[in-house]
Amino acid sequence: MQQNSIARLGSTGISAVTDLGRMGFYLLQTIQGCFRRPFRFAEFMRQLNFIGVGSLVVIFFTAASTGMVLGLQGYYSLHKFGAEGMLGSAVSLTLIMELGPVLTALMVTGRAGSAMCAELGIMRISDQIDALDCMAVDPFRYLISPKLLAALISVPLLTALFDVVGIAGGYIAGVQLMGVNPGSYFDGMRTSVTNHDIWLGTVKSFVFGMLIVWICSGRGYFVHQIRGVGFGARSVSKVTTQAVVMSSISVLILDYLLTAILI
Amino acid sequence: MSVNAIEFKDIEKAFVREDGGRQVILNKVSFTIPAGKTTVIAGGSGQGKSVTLKLVLGLMKADGGQIFVAGDDVTNARGNRLKELRTRFGVLFQGAALFDSMTVFDNVALPLRERTKKSEMEIKDQVMSSLEQLELYGHENKFPAQLSGGMKKRAGLARALQLKPEIMLFDEPTTGLDPVMTQEIYQLFARTQAQVGYTSIIVSHDIPKIFNLADQVIVLNNGDVDVFPSPEAIQWSQKPHIKAFVKTTMGTIYQSHLVEQ
Repeated sequence: MQQNSIARLGSTGISAVTDLGRMGFYLLQTIQGCFRRPFRFAEFMRQLNFIGVGSLVVIFFTAASTGMVLGLQGYYSLHKFGAEGMLGSAVSLTLIMELGPVLTALMVTGRAGSAMCAELGIMRISDQIDALDCMAVDPFRYLISPKLLAALISVPLLTALFDVVGIAGGYIAGVQLMGVNPGSYFDGMRTSVTNHDIWLGTVKSFVFGMLIVWICSGRGYFVHQIRGVGFGARSVSKVTTQAVVMSSISVLILDYLLTAILI
Repeated sequence: MSVNAIEFKDIEKAFVREDGGRQVILNKVSFTIPAGKTTVIAGGSGQGKSVTLKLVLGLMKADGGQIFVAGDDVTNARGNRLKELRTRFGVLFQGAALFDSMTVFDNVALPLRERTKKSEMEIKDQVMSSLEQLELYGHENKFPAQLSGGMKKRAGLARALQLKPEIMLFDEPTTGLDPVMTQEIYQLFARTQAQVGYTSIIVSHDIPKIFNLADQVIVLNNGDVDVFPSPEAIQWSQKPHIKAFVKTTMGTIYQSHLVEQ
């Protein structure tokens, strides 16, 4: 009984290390695929449209809601100390350094990452990826690399949009509704936000963009090799759920690490 | 091309089960597949028929032994060598494996667009000519979901034949087809093989019908392999599992057919 438990533990450990190695190799192949010819420009544009343009609405509403809540909450907290003039700094720094990149990444994971995982999972179980391999067509260059490039461009742009809409939402709640001085809102923002803060937010959004494609597409690509998810349509649904959870948790963990390293 | 299109030498393959145990699929098996002929690989479910095809294509690596394609050792082929190896093959998957977001035309044109430097006009001419030969003319703008099972197989075959392969691998090509369509597909295989001259390897459960196409039969059973130089030779085997295989899969129909011959 005890021997069985030890064997199971060992087997799980080996499986986890194998999985990590496989995913590392997968990321490397995907990055290499970005430089292999012929470049699939049409597929890249399609992915840019899917990940970027398709996420505009959800990003807009999330940013507006987050900014307005920050404006209201910030006002009530700062009002206690008579520091309403700091509202612009508080809202903009929170959005640019933390909430913008993180919430954008979580929204993109939920909307585009899950779709990416399911699409590749279905292609895998219906032998479409094997068919590419058999035709000597590199599946990384053909399928995954355009997704990575599109995410590397669209996630930072969506984050920038999130920041702008969030700051506008904070302005509506703080200035228009609660009566904070508009000059102090924007002046506080101008004086407290540095290039380093913007750089930090941009680096995070790049890293998150890569992370989303890596985890979500990788889980779908390897659906046939992941232990414990079963087979067929059920394996795709389980792996898609796993991908969204893993990607979201990784974004949150990496957010802390990047802040700790880069701040 | 050498006399043997493919040679397996002491090939071993095992999988790790969910409970951590080891399941042996191929246990030091050796066989050859003659060039220009049709070899049928038969056996029960889970006996390693599809694994054998994946090993040939380099989609899976063997745990031991050597695989030769046209005399070249390709056991550990990687990168460009593996790519070059795969250009020799055409594969028709069980479900045809057409890209469901592409039209029939784009599916068939894919290998030409990706692997050749032909112009769009040349590609169009070649694809339309293939579709006409395989009776898919007029269906080129349909998506795979709009095709019947037989049409999907024909589209898959058209795609596989675009680069004029030396060896065609068919993975259970008639699964899910009615007897009439099955017969049509077999006739199509025979016709295209005569035109292109490829070596044909067919994994199939459709016994005894598939034996009408076979020059050689390989039966996989519990990790071992039995090779028969002709379909007729199977019934003379004294091995109990082959006798059981003949009885369950062919019954009296094929035996009486042999007696007639």
